[in-house]
Amino acid sequence: MADYDLIVLGSGPGGYVAAIRAAQLGLNVAIVERENLGGICLNWGCIPTKALLRSAEIYHYMQHAGDFGLTAANISADIDAVVKRSRGVAKQLNQGVTHLMKKNKITVHLGDGKLLAANRLSVTKDGKTEELTGKNIILATGARARDLPFAPADGKRIWTYRHAMVPSEIPKKLLVIGSGAIGIEFASFYNDMGAEVTVVEMLDRIVPVEDADVSAFLEKSLTKQGMTIMTGAGVESLKATATGVSASIKGKDGTVVASAFTHCIVAIGIVPNTEDIGLEVLGVEMDRGFLKTDTHCRTNVAGLWAIGDITAPPWLAHKASHEGVIAAETIAGGQPHAMDPLNIPGCTYCHPQVASVGMTEAKAKEAGYDVKVGNFPFLGNGKAIALGEAEGFIKTVFDAKTGELLGAHMVGAEVTELIQGYTIGKTAELVEADFMHTVFPHPTLSEMMHESVLGAYGKMLHM
Amino acid sequence: MPIELKMPALSPTMEEGTLSRWLVKEGDRVSSGDLLAEIETDKATMEFEAVDAGVVTKLLVAEGSDGVKVGTVIAMIQSEDEDAAAAPKSTAPAVLKAEAPTPAPVVSRPVEAPLKAPHADKHVVDVQNERIKASPLAKRIATNSGLDLVGVTGTGPNGRIVKADVEALSGAVRRPITPQQREQDVRRDVPAPVQTMDTDIPHEVIKLSNMRKTIARRLTESKQQVPHIYLTVDVRLDALLKLRGELNASLEARGIKLSVNDMLIKALALTLLQVPKCNVSFAGDNMLQYMRADISVAVSVPTGLITPIITDAAHKSLSTISHEVSVLAARAKEGKLQPHEYQGGTASISNMGMMGIKQFDAVINPPQGMILAVGAGEKRPYIVDDALAIATVMSATGSFDHRAIDGADGAMFMKVFKELVEKPMGLVA
Repeated sequence: MADYDLIVLGSGPGGYVAAIRAAQLGLNVAIVERENLGGICLNWGCIPTKALLRSAEIYHYMQHAGDFGLTAANISADIDAVVKRSRGVAKQLNQGVTHLMKKNKITVHLGDGKLLAANRLSVTKDGKTEELTGKNIILATGARARDLPFAPADGKRIWTYRHAMVPSEIPKKLLVIGSGAIGIEFASFYNDMGAEVTVVEMLDRIVPVEDADVSAFLEKSLTKQGMTIMTGAGVESLKATATGVSASIKGKDGTVVASAFTHCIVAIGIVPNTEDIGLEVLGVEMDRGFLKTDTHCRTNVAGLWAIGDITAPPWLAHKASHEGVIAAETIAGGQPHAMDPLNIPGCTYCHPQVASVGMTEAKAKEAGYDVKVGNFPFLGNGKAIALGEAEGFIKTVFDAKTGELLGAHMVGAEVTELIQGYTIGKTAELVEADFMHTVFPHPTLSEMMHESVLGAYGKMLHM
Repeated sequence: MPIELKMPALSPTMEEGTLSRWLVKEGDRVSSGDLLAEIETDKATMEFEAVDAGVVTKLLVAEGSDGVKVGTVIAMIQSEDEDAAAAPKSTAPAVLKAEAPTPAPVVSRPVEAPLKAPHADKHVVDVQNERIKASPLAKRIATNSGLDLVGVTGTGPNGRIVKADVEALSGAVRRPITPQQREQDVRRDVPAPVQTMDTDIPHEVIKLSNMRKTIARRLTESKQQVPHIYLTVDVRLDALLKLRGELNASLEARGIKLSVNDMLIKALALTLLQVPKCNVSFAGDNMLQYMRADISVAVSVPTGLITPIITDAAHKSLSTISHEVSVLAARAKEGKLQPHEYQGGTASISNMGMMGIKQFDAVINPPQGMILAVGAGEKRPYIVDDALAIATVMSATGSFDHRAIDGADGAMFMKVFKELVEKPMGLVA
């Protein structure tokens, strides 16, 4: 029996950040983790996939060395070595989190945590159970991949992201179901690595949360890279066979076609990890399977808090971390600012990359805004051409009445590193004039951010 | 130091305008506040005023030129005042007087006299004043709406005034806006006339709080723009009171005590869904038909009145409504409501029964289409089966926006409301 000011259940990017912030504020903190410190993000998500995609990117460049006046002969990919590097990166970061816990004097309890009361939980490991009490408990148990009801992942032929991250071979013919960030990233990775990839999306466009222009552009680009993309389509049945999977796919026109693939990745969304952690006992209020919280991450049960993927969307690591800070500071008696979901950027690391923040043009119009839209193509940017990455655009959506930046949508090389500029501007509530008055360095891709804003007001210079 | 005078944007939608008349000529000495020109936009003719002192060296646009784009340099002033030249606002050399737009949407020729509405230039200057700590967006919205940010406490980092603060100040509601409404918005941006009263009666001048200003503006707007129709019914309360007693007896263990008002909130919400023609907002060329009934509950607070919202009240249990009302009312009294908790709503309820008011007509809270005014439940002589009896009866008056709601629909609404309250089992199932 140990007493803490705060116990955090789950050590993903939400949980471990909450623990660090609370410890910094002088609280006595424990963190409970059933698997690896750092959660999915570090071990099985954001970071290791970026390592894989980096390999794919370099492989892509090697194959196109001639475009840059270079010769690369006998190029080949060693998937085992690629995966090994990715695991090494994850391992390094996992150790980093271990170090951060130690440095901040956070007690780590490895095992399965379960709430017994609003201030008490049990941790079970290898049949042994201990009880912890804490004045506050933050739930940060995250989420996992949603299975197809008729074809659960087996890890051999039918994969979730988790299996797709540690392949023993490059699939010859890969079916990806779902075109959200996860589906598209793996589709892009395996396409670059030489697989023949088909993406099936139920909605009428890929990356459906993004601006329609981005979806259209990305679909065209991926198709050009050899991918088959089926939108408005659904997988009717899926069956693993000895040599692969057979799927019947209902296309846009309603015809069902049976196709064979060697592997399938199911990326149709997530399920929050809310089972077996004792929620039922406490009567925690839920909303469509996710925990209901207020602007400062409180659940309806006093002393019980929730952050990250078990709460409302967007289900992104940086949203979880930010909520972790808000919850920790509130618990410590501070008055942190609530987060505005419209200021949370989203990034997809396919090739070309996608990044966005705020409202799409359609959403803004739906919300009644009279909008001014700027759109600047990579083709008009010197740095992009020099990089050999003249594909993509940066689109900005402004409120004509107030000059508020309602949204920014980008597709193209390195845009995931650019979006923060607009995010800072949005968070600081800058208006169009502030962006226009900002001097952007030359030659950089960021100049396109300037041009896009200028373009929204009819002042574009380089197009 | 020469200062460029640029064509100002006199309204949020203005892209170009006509320079109707110069009020100065080259060589004239002007000082801050002097009128420079009359500019005609799609909406009105407005005066353009100098903020910097100096000598007009050049008029670059001829009188009567139309289609002059916003931002075009129209004149040059040679600054004489070094301080003024050094001031950061020299980049924004002129500030418009936010004159009241004339009602006529298009003025065919320069109007000289009728533009003497109260000047609101103070707001504009205040907003641009560097000492006010506000985000660029907050400043822009304040300028657009003619709001004064002096004395406003910001909720942003280090007390910075942010968008949410300005929206809270103006009671702005985010919902689709029609061009017509936009027109109205522009008019609403004009502050109420300031009346200076000369009086010998001993008095003190009390500066209006922002809440009081908002109440004044919105109620004036409602009574001036919304044709109200009032429909009153007498509602027998005995069954509802009996049900309330029974419910409260069984809810006692959970520490819940329903008020009559909690039950009327639910009845109002259910009525709105049953008579959807009254769950609307008039919006110029359109009408918004709401699919959900969000009830704004008028709560009196020390500084005035605020209307926290019970969203989707028709689908909430009475105990949930009761809990939400008490939490929101308590927060309202502490002044801690978040904007989303009091902005919006599809209809309102105002209950003055506890103060013994028998019946009253409430003012609609635009853009809502109706408000229900509830009087006291009192024992009155009542005819039951042709015999005189005693019953507990209250009078309830609906005020409806007659532009959107016909009398017959309003009457149907009151009938359904009366039935729901008199046969109140429908409120629990």
